[in-house]
Amino acid sequence: MFGFDAIELARIQFAFTVSFHIIFPAFSIGLASYLAVLNGLHLWTGKNIYLRLFNYWKTIFAVAFGMGVVSGIVMSYQFGTNWSVFSDKAGPVVGPLMGYEVLSAFFLEAGFLGVMLFGREKVGPRAHFFATLMVAIGTLGSAFWILSVNSWMQTPQGHAINEVGQFVPVDWWAIVFNPSFPYRLVHMVLAAYLTTALVVGAIGGLHLLRDRMDQGARVMFSMAMAMLIVVAPLQIVAGDFHGLNTLEYQPAKIAAMEGHFESHPEGAAPLILFGIPNSETETVDYAVQIPYLSSLILTHDLTSPLPGLKDFPVDERPPVDIVFWSFRVMVALGFAMLGLGLWALVARMRGTMFERKWLHRAAIAMGPTGFVAVLAGWITTEVGRQPWTVYGLLSTNDSVAPVEVAAVASSLVAFIVVYFLLFGAGTFYILRLMNKRLEDRIPLKSIGPIRTAGVTPAPAVDDKFIPAE
Amino acid sequence: MIFDLAFIWAGLIAFAVLAYVILDGFDLGVGILFPFMHGEESKDLAMNAVAPVWDGNETWLVLGGGGLFAVFPLAYAVVMPALYVPIIVMLLALVFRGVAFEFRWRTKRGKFLWDISFTFGSIMAAFAQGIALGALVQGITVEGRAYAGGNWDWLTPFSILTGVALVAGYALMGATWLVMKTDGPVRRVARRMAVWTGAATLALVGLVSLITPFLNPSYLDRWFGFPNVLFTVLVPAAILVAAFVFAKGMRENRDAWPFLATLALFVLSFIGLGISFYPYMVPPSLTIRDVAAPDESLWFLLAGALVLVPMILAYTGYAYWVFRGKVDPAGGYH
Repeated sequence: MFGFDAIELARIQFAFTVSFHIIFPAFSIGLASYLAVLNGLHLWTGKNIYLRLFNYWKTIFAVAFGMGVVSGIVMSYQFGTNWSVFSDKAGPVVGPLMGYEVLSAFFLEAGFLGVMLFGREKVGPRAHFFATLMVAIGTLGSAFWILSVNSWMQTPQGHAINEVGQFVPVDWWAIVFNPSFPYRLVHMVLAAYLTTALVVGAIGGLHLLRDRMDQGARVMFSMAMAMLIVVAPLQIVAGDFHGLNTLEYQPAKIAAMEGHFESHPEGAAPLILFGIPNSETETVDYAVQIPYLSSLILTHDLTSPLPGLKDFPVDERPPVDIVFWSFRVMVALGFAMLGLGLWALVARMRGTMFERKWLHRAAIAMGPTGFVAVLAGWITTEVGRQPWTVYGLLSTNDSVAPVEVAAVASSLVAFIVVYFLLFGAGTFYILRLMNKRLEDRIPLKSIGPIRTAGVTPAPAVDDKFIPAE
Repeated sequence: MIFDLAFIWAGLIAFAVLAYVILDGFDLGVGILFPFMHGEESKDLAMNAVAPVWDGNETWLVLGGGGLFAVFPLAYAVVMPALYVPIIVMLLALVFRGVAFEFRWRTKRGKFLWDISFTFGSIMAAFAQGIALGALVQGITVEGRAYAGGNWDWLTPFSILTGVALVAGYALMGATWLVMKTDGPVRRVARRMAVWTGAATLALVGLVSLITPFLNPSYLDRWFGFPNVLFTVLVPAAILVAAFVFAKGMRENRDAWPFLATLALFVLSFIGLGISFYPYMVPPSLTIRDVAAPDESLWFLLAGALVLVPMILAYTGYAYWVFRGKVDPAGGYH
């Protein structure tokens, strides 16, 4: 198809399906935790607003989770259909980790999801909170195992290679807790929390613009902005540590991210803010640089050596331009998130957080940026790993299944059509749910004003006296 | 040989696949029968009879596939490319029906589209699974450590027959589930469907069983060789008993009996498959031992499975217990 061979098509198919898939976990990991918090707050404070918020986001979660599940099942089988040689060789190491994901996390989410969505009346508030908590823990467990797999593929250790070329586990502790795993896990979970905070903040902002007295919108917006100001700085620090780790274990990737073709044996490497990496001349054209800064960021020292792409054979360098740009997109968005959080913090301290229309508009504009940053981050790390599936040990070209071009091409087309159709519709439904005001979501039973001893006709309706459903 | 990890795992994977077939079987079946439900209320009720549990049910498919990848990576690496087309069709079909569970409640105008997507997805997923099973029974061409056949080897009259048989079988399971879980018009329709799909399933299972032993000499010997035949004959005999229980339950309005009898039919057919297959994982060339991962991998995952599988069964059982009894038409969170 269009002159592509089977391996290129398999790569496109994997990139497409995995990019589509990651959107949903990035959202549902954060949202599941948010739901657990809301459910817990309702249980402990007795305030009805938390239950109403829970019910509001629960529906959105259910739609997103459904899409995450079905696109995830596709991923789990694609290793076999398109990357069967990888499956045979890396299966003994990677397979059990994924097996643990299914056994410890996937079942937990799926098993308690039904109770969380349908069962509040049947099981009571405490068991319902427990079910919500289990769903949240399940999503985090999923992240744990999948990032362990991914990290092992990036920084493999704890294995041997047997006579038929399979990776054989030797030390499971070393495999699971491989060198890049802690950084990757923290970075991804924080990214999921940021993504959710941005979405919740955007929806809060949207409803505040319409009615700044909207109680649900106020709580949403306030919680989301608080989350942002806590998590965004943490994420920047976590990203910095992750960078140090990548420099140690995947120097070629760092060189591509930074756009360093030349090595800097004495340190003092400049930070290339922008420019156009040119693989042919092995230079960065039109580079805007800040002296010394790259060395300072990457080694926390001005004089430590930094390798460049020219230190690596041409066929072992990742595609530099994609990695260079996706990395910049991610970092820029990260700082923009921090900026939004600071803005909201200042407004909060001045007591004007619910009045600042431009703040609400900015929150709406930033709503989808978590997804973009997550995608850019994954592109950076996955394209930066090329040309390897298992870093330094198994090349992507040697991992592909013996499947004919026609089969991969037609399945790729089918995936693209189906995904855009179905997930497009799903996104539309989610946006429509988000567009509804909280009050519209839950039909309130009219109970009229509460009269105290017949002398106060004023509408003294306390929120907690209004039944939710 | 008494305590062999590879064979323990073969048993566990077989259990996961059987659990999948039974659990997702009835919710796929509800999807297959969806067009026969008249009116919005009946459709909503039929869907709510599976909505709280379908997600957990489908997870067993991930365990079956993921488990195969983990403990029999070579089988996974050979079977998946061999069954490329049916697997992709199944995955896409599962996507279609999976999203329908949430989407159809979010729209009025587009509802019929998600009804179609639910039905079409359920039928295609069942058909593709049946075809994959048939193709596996027929055997897969292997050279070295890779699949060596073509894109369309899986497509034969036999695999189409097994595909149709599984669609009928799942529909039967869906019908008997609805008989057990609902009242009123849905139950009436489901009872009628149970009779038709029951007859069709028995006939098709019989036909598949008659053909299977002649596909491969080792199957023939396994089934009809002496003294095996003394034991193997118990399988069709037990199937007849299940059919009797099914008919009696239907006639006497004992609503759980037809579903339990259908479960028994599936378990027995599965045992029948096991009799044919053993000790092969990928007939006719790769045995369970050939495809097993190193013992270090098998141990590592088994340690977790021994703790986690009982826990999974416990909370899955709890989830089913929460939603026990006939479905309340006013229930559901939508």
